[in-house]
Amino acid sequence: MPVTKKPETGSGLARLRGALWIVVGVAALIGLAILYDRARPASDPTSDYASTFGGPFTLTAPDGSTVTEKTLAGKPYAIFFGFTRCPDVCPTSLARMARLRKQLGPDGMKFNIVFVSVDPGHDKPADLGNYVALFGTPILGLTGTDAQIEQIKKGYGVYSAKVPQPGGDYTIDHTASIYLMTAKGAFSGTIDHQESDTVALQKLKLIIA
Amino acid sequence: MTIRNLKISALGALTLFASAALAHNYKVGSLSIVHPWSRETAVGQKVGGGFMTIINNGNDEDRLLSGASPVAAEVQLHTMTMDGGIMRMRQVEGGIAVPAKGTLELKPGGYHIMFIGLKRPLKQGERVPVTLRFQHAGKVAVQFAVQPVGSTGPMEASHAGH
Repeated sequence: MPVTKKPETGSGLARLRGALWIVVGVAALIGLAILYDRARPASDPTSDYASTFGGPFTLTAPDGSTVTEKTLAGKPYAIFFGFTRCPDVCPTSLARMARLRKQLGPDGMKFNIVFVSVDPGHDKPADLGNYVALFGTPILGLTGTDAQIEQIKKGYGVYSAKVPQPGGDYTIDHTASIYLMTAKGAFSGTIDHQESDTVALQKLKLIIA
Repeated sequence: MTIRNLKISALGALTLFASAALAHNYKVGSLSIVHPWSRETAVGQKVGGGFMTIINNGNDEDRLLSGASPVAAEVQLHTMTMDGGIMRMRQVEGGIAVPAKGTLELKPGGYHIMFIGLKRPLKQGERVPVTLRFQHAGKVAVQFAVQPVGSTGPMEASHAGH
């Protein structure tokens, strides 16, 4: 390198070159780090997200029995959150899951449908039982103590908040996504309100395959 | 007329007939209220939603202000929005506009009426009396048809689509 051979004539230039090389090196390292970070979740199906999503929970079924993530293990399930006094999105989602199950024919019973209350103060196990019975297909309606509901909400990244209504009553804002879980309890995907039944059925086929 | 056309006409006639038989519409002033419907509710369920289409044939805007029903302690007007995957429901203050020469739709996923404090479960197949009050047209007595819980629209429309 001519510059390093003649430091006495080009020391300013040498310092500049050195600094530039450092900048290039750091930029390259950052670039590699970004590429690595982007590639990792896509190439690794057992990424941290899929394996930690959901997690342990303890809730109560309509018959009073205790249901945990271990009770559900061994069969894929579609799980979502709502409350029995929810007039719109909850019955729509429950009825949709019942319809999708029907469309799958005999395969429809290869996954469980689980509905978790975000209104444990109001929804007792028997209330959940009466509510899910309306939909004409086996649905597991779960509720629990405030702390138990907080635990499962945290595991599934579900938001819910009571909103006071005039007259002292309240409604509940809540995440309306349907989470699809494999038989091993790993997160597979979500079904949302905008997508077609065709897409939703493909996603269900993935977890029951 | 081809056979295909004949078939379509026959289907159209049938659909019209079915609609005429099942649909129930009400008129007050220049407003038409088309097929008010609700969903069956579970034992112990204290609320229920109600939906309908209101057509304003007049030249002036009207407002749906309130409702009342013997089956519920209160009938409220609500709206629902989806905000980043989160469902939010709110009571509407000051009524909902029915635009001049326009339509107001109360349907799943948007505006609806809420039966608050249901005195008994709503049973599939029954009709529930509701008095609606409009700013200009005044009061009108209508009946909400109680449909299966899985309904996403008025029954005759879903039948016509099949």
